[in-house]
Amino acid sequence: MLKYAAKKLLASLPVLLGVSLLVFLIMHLTPGDPAAVILGPDADQESVQVLRTKLGLDQPLPVQYARYLGRLAHGDLGVSIRSNQPVSKELGSRYPFTMELAVVSLVISVVLGIGAGVIAAVKKGSIGDTLTMVTALVGVSAPSFWIGLMLMMLFSYYLRWLPASGRGGPLWTLAGWKTILLPAIALGLGSAATIARMTRSSLLEVLNQDFIRTARAKGLPERVVIFRHALSNAMIPVVTIVGLHLGFLLGGSVIVEQVFAWPGIGTQVVTAIGNRDFPVVQAAVLMIALSFVLINLVVDMVYGMVDPRIRYD
Amino acid sequence: MILLLLFAFAAPLIGPEGMDKQDLMMRLKPPSAKFLLGTDQLGRSILTRLAYGGQYSLKVGLVSVAIGAGIGILVGALAGYYGGWVDKVLMGLVEILLAFPGILLAIAIVAALGPGLVNVMIAVGIRGMPTFARLVRGQVLSVRRREYVEAAQALGSADGRIIARHIFPNIMAPVIVLASLDIASAILSVASLSFLGLGSQPPIPDWGGMIDQGRQYLRTAWWVGVYPGLAIMMTVLGFNLLGDALRDLLDPRLKT
Repeated sequence: MLKYAAKKLLASLPVLLGVSLLVFLIMHLTPGDPAAVILGPDADQESVQVLRTKLGLDQPLPVQYARYLGRLAHGDLGVSIRSNQPVSKELGSRYPFTMELAVVSLVISVVLGIGAGVIAAVKKGSIGDTLTMVTALVGVSAPSFWIGLMLMMLFSYYLRWLPASGRGGPLWTLAGWKTILLPAIALGLGSAATIARMTRSSLLEVLNQDFIRTARAKGLPERVVIFRHALSNAMIPVVTIVGLHLGFLLGGSVIVEQVFAWPGIGTQVVTAIGNRDFPVVQAAVLMIALSFVLINLVVDMVYGMVDPRIRYD
Repeated sequence: MILLLLFAFAAPLIGPEGMDKQDLMMRLKPPSAKFLLGTDQLGRSILTRLAYGGQYSLKVGLVSVAIGAGIGILVGALAGYYGGWVDKVLMGLVEILLAFPGILLAIAIVAALGPGLVNVMIAVGIRGMPTFARLVRGQVLSVRRREYVEAAQALGSADGRIIARHIFPNIMAPVIVLASLDIASAILSVASLSFLGLGSQPPIPDWGGMIDQGRQYLRTAWWVGVYPGLAIMMTVLGFNLLGDALRDLLDPRLKT
């Protein structure tokens, strides 16, 4: 297992390196001189030159990238142009909040998705099945930020049950739960829909197999057949997409955080884009992409644990 | 889908005065006989703006997917057909693009290029490209060793001709299915970018941008933000259903 993990980590190194190169290059796509863009149209040539030197933009591109990598290796993500604070400090304090939102959304989407998928598969062809699948299809089709606004309108403005924005506190407090619930549902609903569809089709396939017929023929209660025999086998493809979705939820949080003024990386990115604070944008995109790669790595490991047929060697 | 197309292309009939006709005396009016879906903060008809926005969304969605599919098909075909180092390099690039979750790559590209219609189409296109490349590579790999391809190679046909004439016609079915599903996610991505203020600029009635404007009026004038969201949802749903139907039609093995 450890050997497998080390091998996988080693194999993902080129991807990690590629991600850093791509993020570096994207930020150099900025038309014209980034220093001039940052300072705005009224800046004089001298200030532009000073900023160019400060950002290292006067060096050739490969040198800039090598320096960038060197700084990254030391955990130095650069300095925010607006606040003059180290980016690692600015984003580091917000990263746990983004992760918190993504993880709670994932839990909600897994519970809702697997629950709905199982009901739909077990009651295949019933009104409940049709209704669940139609809801799932609508769920994947609605933009998360709009779902967020609709939830906010209903639960915060009309019913006044939950706060409309901000983060009330850590998850072990009631205030913390009250503030995370709406953004987490808005973010997770699309994933819940995908997981529900996947669970349904995977479970239906397993339910048609011989060992299920044998289990039923042995006289096992249907509950045991479904939950112990069928579901554990049907979960293999579901685990893969659940893992992938944690990554997507991290990406999606950029938008949902904006709706609910959630103090995570997403809100920071959007503000930084508006301020043309490229070091912050660059670092935030890199942090989320690297998290995505590492999550996929962990999913690979979990996949092996869930399905013993997958060998580690 | 037909209703949506009719709605979008009937925009000049629904709102002959154009998408930006303002009437400040009619600001934030609720749905009525005169304004079926109400008016926005500048007194513009939401129905009219939704119809014009439909044209815009469909156009941007289609062009983005065309960009993503075009590059993706080319990359996938070259990687699958030539194999070896070409495959390694191209698919390595695709892997890197796939390391960015969904919308994030598009946000990063638009953040760098600046907001605007063309940049959004490029960004959303690149976001979808890796999926096409992967699919096409897999498909090309599966047909590359077939007798009819080897026969064409033995006859001395040029590689480009073999790919275009003998391989493409046999792998296009899943690509078409993916394209129709990708239009749905492209429309969602475009709406998200516009919602963040990175998409089209006013007065283009982009649906995502309209929801963003409606945010401030959720308590007082819900219709400003609710209807554009419904329009996005129905359009995306339409393309998802179209994709599912095409898949069942073109590849019955995948029928669920």
